Amino acid sequence: MFQIEFENQGTVVGIDLGTTNSLVAYMNVTAPDVIPGEDGDKLVPSVVSVGPGGEIIVGNAARQELIDHPDRTIYSVKRLMGHGIADVRDELKLFPFQIAEDSESVIRVKLGDKTFTPPEVSAFILRQLKKNAEAALGEPVTKAVITVPAYFNDAQRQATRDAGRLAGLEVLRLVNEPTAAALAYGLDKRQEGIIAVYDLGGGTFDISILKLQEGIFEVLATNGDTHLGGDDIDNRLLRIALEDLQSEWGEDLSHIGEAVQTLRRDVIRAKESLSFLPVAHIEFEWHGKHYHREIARELFEGLIKDIVERTLGPCRNCMKDAGVTPEQIDEVVMVGGSTRIPMVRGAVEVLFRAKPHTELNPDEVVALGAAVQAGILSGTVENQLLLDVTPLSLGIEIYGGVVSKIIHRNSTIPASASESFTTGVDGQTNVLIHVVQGERELAKDCRSLARFDLKDIPPMPAGMARIEVRFLIDANGILNVTARDARTGKEHSVDVTPSHGLTLEQVEAMYQASIDHAEEDLEAAQVAQARVEADRILLAIDKARRNDAWSGLATEERRQIEDAIRQLQSVYHTDDHHAIAAKIDVLNQSTHHLAENMMNTAVSSALKGTKI
Amino acid sequence: MTRNYFEFFDLPHRLEIDLKDLEKRFYALSRRHHPDLHARKSAPERAEAEEATAILNDAYRTLRDPIQRAGYLLRLEGFDVGEQTTKDVPPELLEEVFELNMALEDADAPQIEAACQKFEAMREEIDTLIEQTFACWDTGRDRETLATLRGFLNRRKYISNLIAKANVPDRV
Repeated sequence: MFQIEFENQGTVVGIDLGTTNSLVAYMNVTAPDVIPGEDGDKLVPSVVSVGPGGEIIVGNAARQELIDHPDRTIYSVKRLMGHGIADVRDELKLFPFQIAEDSESVIRVKLGDKTFTPPEVSAFILRQLKKNAEAALGEPVTKAVITVPAYFNDAQRQATRDAGRLAGLEVLRLVNEPTAAALAYGLDKRQEGIIAVYDLGGGTFDISILKLQEGIFEVLATNGDTHLGGDDIDNRLLRIALEDLQSEWGEDLSHIGEAVQTLRRDVIRAKESLSFLPVAHIEFEWHGKHYHREIARELFEGLIKDIVERTLGPCRNCMKDAGVTPEQIDEVVMVGGSTRIPMVRGAVEVLFRAKPHTELNPDEVVALGAAVQAGILSGTVENQLLLDVTPLSLGIEIYGGVVSKIIHRNSTIPASASESFTTGVDGQTNVLIHVVQGERELAKDCRSLARFDLKDIPPMPAGMARIEVRFLIDANGILNVTARDARTGKEHSVDVTPSHGLTLEQVEAMYQASIDHAEEDLEAAQVAQARVEADRILLAIDKARRNDAWSGLATEERRQIEDAIRQLQSVYHTDDHHAIAAKIDVLNQSTHHLAENMMNTAVSSALKGTKI
Repeated sequence: MTRNYFEFFDLPHRLEIDLKDLEKRFYALSRRHHPDLHARKSAPERAEAEEATAILNDAYRTLRDPIQRAGYLLRLEGFDVGEQTTKDVPPELLEEVFELNMALEDADAPQIEAACQKFEAMREEIDTLIEQTFACWDTGRDRETLATLRGFLNRRKYISNLIAKANVPDRV
């Protein structure tokens, strides 16, 4: 009677897996809401630390570890997602990560004596968010929408999806961050218009231009730089502070992880205060020595001017690709913590000739939008629809290493193209297809995506075989390839070797290895769920005490109920969900008569109010 | 190609298209097929939505652009488009192409710029001719018109390639 039966569809959560911070949100009836962690903080720092016993620490707790145990702690792992070692060699000079020896096409990071791929590290963050959501919602969370920078390539998107899988989440959709932000602003209320979304995050920069009409958000063009963000600004400040220390103390601290991380934290504080103060101070303590430096906003702006300017080129190109002029842009939305910097806001205002929207917290807006998209997918949000594009052209390598483009950038996804392949020599039984992503003429200048091997072609004279290959970029922006023998019409097998990613088998093996953790998580979710149910029934009984039905119970019956309540309370804080469920049952049994009484009272009072 | 793009939009095989109307049809069909609106269905149904939307998007991309639309219609009508080799310089362009090649060889920026402008003006001229042909085909349905149209398209493609060649950003 007191247990409210409801069909459990399972909430689909929206996750912003950020470079600096990650958040999880959900659709709370009609509006999206961010779910805070156990510490009450809505932002979960994207920092992961491995404790001495191999335990995983995520978020604020790990941030402290970054200073105490930099060798076992990693931050900004998003910058490594979907990359090979060669892609990030320069960058690694500034990051204190230890890269394992066997890193090649997929980076492996050493944390203590263990090694992890970037998707595994990201999965730890996702697992934490999943746990936070389960505790708040009181139900297992297994489905999610995860956001990615719009300019992420195929490998980076796949790595993100792999991370979700490893965390035990079914990733229903990858959504581009700027597009999600546009959804969060609920700009559909203005019916029609052109919107620019400027997203300067911790590690990536995106610009998207959308056309809004009758609830449809159609992305016209997107551009960006996956290696440009607040981290770069921090590194500028860090560098001058390190130079100061070198000349003042005669010490090079740049190789001491603990010192660098402490100093990084201190320069970030100064950077953040410069957004609302004309002058800030870097204060740094190290082994009893004190360093202090005053930074005026003017100096800071001189320091980051070129970083801000680097964002404007992609903005202009994006407008050109979208076929719009600055005058046609009705609204500008700002996303990412770095857009709090007054110089960034100023530059955006000048470029687009419009005052940017800053009403929503730039740190939360992407997660809120992800929750709206989750609502669209689960049917709770109606009328809105996102039509996104692929940021990069897809091509195949042809003779002489030249790229033949088959799907152009800024094509609405899902998008597809079919190409026909044949053999070049007599009796040839396989054809290798090299797929790349990028705008350059030569394959070597583009991003290698994967090699597809069309095998088991029946031997025949050169040029006779005809294999039709279909390339489909799905709604997640991820490439799917299928092949068909045009002569027989039969499906043809395609063997995929990703250039910078994990194979399906590798992800599966990692997932299996992580199942132990998953069981613990499930347990925690079940406990949370049982407690929510206990709360529900206890609350209902509390209300019933004020009802006439309560006084109609025999003393013995009331005693039984009180006893059952005490029993439930005694197990409430244990981690045994079976025990909690059992006590809920006992309490339910004891309230049968009460429930009946209440029903009768309700019926009689309803009759009293009825005019016959 | 499983379905004809014109039929997909429930439009007649015409070269002149009202773009506002096309967009309206595109949005309506997106609301019917988009995978986001079929996310709670079974795996085969979701795959079908993905497939239908991919074709819808490809069709919209093709039909909203007059040049692509013309090329598509020509192929539907059995003409070969773009297969013709672009290595042979059309005689009337010999002089201009020679000038561009010289300018490129000398990396003479102002000369390249001037050549580009000339080609861009030519392309605009052809675009006007192409659009004029559209009305002609829609009313007359004359295969001669299509042959003329193919000539224009090939010439346009040749000029576009020249402009692209002059505009390569990573040219040393």
